Amino acid sequence: MLGIGIDIGSTATKVAVLNEAGELVRTEVRPTGFSSVEAAEGVRTLLEEDGCLAQPHAVVATGYGRVAVPYADKVVTEITCHGKGAARLFGGDGVVVDIGGQDTKVIKLAGGKVMKFVMNDKCSAGTGRFLEIMADRLAMSQTDLARMAREGTPTPISNMCTVFAESEVISLVGKGEPRENIANGVIESVVARVATLVLQTPGSPYFLTGGLCENDYVVERLGAKLEASVTTCPEARYAGAIGAALCALELG
Amino acid sequence: MTDYRDMWQDLGMDLETHDLLCAALPQSFGDIYLTQENRPEGMAFYDFVVSEIHGIRPAELVKLKEDGGKVFGTFCVFVPDEVVVACGGAVTGLCGGSQFWVPEGEKVLPSGMCPLIKASLGAHFGKTCPYFSVSDVYVGETTCDGKKKAYEILGADKQTYLMDMPQMKRPQDYEKWTGGISAFARMVQEVTGVELTAEKLGDAIHLINEKRQALARVHAARKADPLPISGKDVLLMTQIAFFDDPARCAQMANALADELEARIERGEGVFPKGTKRILVTGTPLAIPNWKLHHIIETSGAAVVCEEICTGTRYFEHLVDESATTLEGQFQALSDRYMQNNCACFTPNPGRVEDIVRLAREYRADGVIDCNLKFCTLYDVEKSSVAAALEQEGIPCLALETDYADNDSEQLRTRIGAFIEMLG
Repeated sequence: MLGIGIDIGSTATKVAVLNEAGELVRTEVRPTGFSSVEAAEGVRTLLEEDGCLAQPHAVVATGYGRVAVPYADKVVTEITCHGKGAARLFGGDGVVVDIGGQDTKVIKLAGGKVMKFVMNDKCSAGTGRFLEIMADRLAMSQTDLARMAREGTPTPISNMCTVFAESEVISLVGKGEPRENIANGVIESVVARVATLVLQTPGSPYFLTGGLCENDYVVERLGAKLEASVTTCPEARYAGAIGAALCALELG
Repeated sequence: MTDYRDMWQDLGMDLETHDLLCAALPQSFGDIYLTQENRPEGMAFYDFVVSEIHGIRPAELVKLKEDGGKVFGTFCVFVPDEVVVACGGAVTGLCGGSQFWVPEGEKVLPSGMCPLIKASLGAHFGKTCPYFSVSDVYVGETTCDGKKKAYEILGADKQTYLMDMPQMKRPQDYEKWTGGISAFARMVQEVTGVELTAEKLGDAIHLINEKRQALARVHAARKADPLPISGKDVLLMTQIAFFDDPARCAQMANALADELEARIERGEGVFPKGTKRILVTGTPLAIPNWKLHHIIETSGAAVVCEEICTGTRYFEHLVDESATTLEGQFQALSDRYMQNNCACFTPNPGRVEDIVRLAREYRADGVIDCNLKFCTLYDVEKSSVAAALEQEGIPCLALETDYADNDSEQLRTRIGAFIEMLG
């Protein structure tokens, strides 16, 4: 039997397929786009083409679009799924930091189970969206933003609100501040915001999941800010989907 | 449904805007309440009251006024109803639990204030709440900075009597509250023109104690598993108790408790045995604020207790009935009301003790500590609540919300994850 996990996030839709032995046999990531219903349909087509749906299987949906997956056998919240997925990827105990598109979650794991969690409030500062907006404003990709940030000298961006911080960035651009410095300030701002949330539930080691796990500079700065090691891996952006797939296998 | 438009007109209300409110409530009540299965028959009374929420009880209050009685509108569980009842007056709760009134409130108050205060002033100034309109006097109290200053604005428009709450619990604070109740009694006698006697106050104390005991019986039925009644239904009963005639309130609550006790004997419940049990603590849930309970109870768990003003704080602890002089009775009242562990007190270790005690009594699997936005007092107490519960090994989820529905999906994710964590 296959365990299929579908994580429909605000920015990206992630899919993970586990075989009966619990091995990760397939992953997929694609933009969620405007409609989570369409994203779910797109995933169904993909799974059909891959032949996954022709085999015995169970589907668990998670993420903010979890209710938009009519073919899911069960929906589970992204907190439980990220916890399970991270426990699988990184082993037993620690604190999972998931920087998502519209929210950031901090999940304390003990024995592979969620013991406690905190999430940011209704605000996009300290989330992937913050970086996305600032990269757009600076007319560069997020990868370039991180690369440039490494070369810049710190330029404080003090506003905690994304909308106001964007105005602050515009002022800095207007003053002729080098892009590297602004990029550096942007990354520092998001890292500081995430670290504040993390320190409500401290306890190393830290595992970074979500869309920013391939952003080396963010990982490095977060570790420095927390004064602890932050581990991540390429599969970590699928942590929610992998957790959902594990839940699906349990349904079998 | 009876037509109350003439009465609302006579009360000086804004009928057009009020119609919008009346049009929205049945839909939301239907979606949240009437979709529940196997509700106790005793809830029919409360459903009926909601269906005429701005009609049937205000009409009784209008009648009381025609007969020479006075109506006192109150905002807080610290106001001693006993004194008003003893002088032949009526105490009523006031509107303040819906986003509907918030924009009107923001015309006179800063937007960065708690929605309960904004909605209350919005209901008064917008003339869309008959309980405000029918009140002869508002009774405020100094339980937070926001309310203190809001009463100045309210008081400029209608007589508003302010009770000065102690902020600590030293012996001199109990004395101060005794004096506060005594001064309140002088004002009530002036407004009603009725002389207060120890006999009248003794009767009123007995009556309100009976009401508390009846409400407590309904709440106590929630210690059972399976639960004979949903948390939403008990919340509704408690919310309505703030508006109803105290004798009828006791009678209806006792009838409901009889039914619930029979259900417990039969092992009959509204949720499957073993459903995860949640204790809610934090800021008040004024009618029609049912958002939190609704999300919890449609996410696979049940609310078994509310350690809030529209919960245990309203009915726990009785007033000692043995005093025979007014002075003795004022002191007995003070002793009872000062046992309330509102976050306005500093320090306030009693609240954390209450939460832990109630979580044990009601066999809660977890606690949800939820405060209205901009309530500094409860927001700051969150860390001491969380620390105490962690020590007791009781999981706790802290939330902050307001009356708008736009965060319901975010709340659903957090609450859903918390319930999964308890599983």
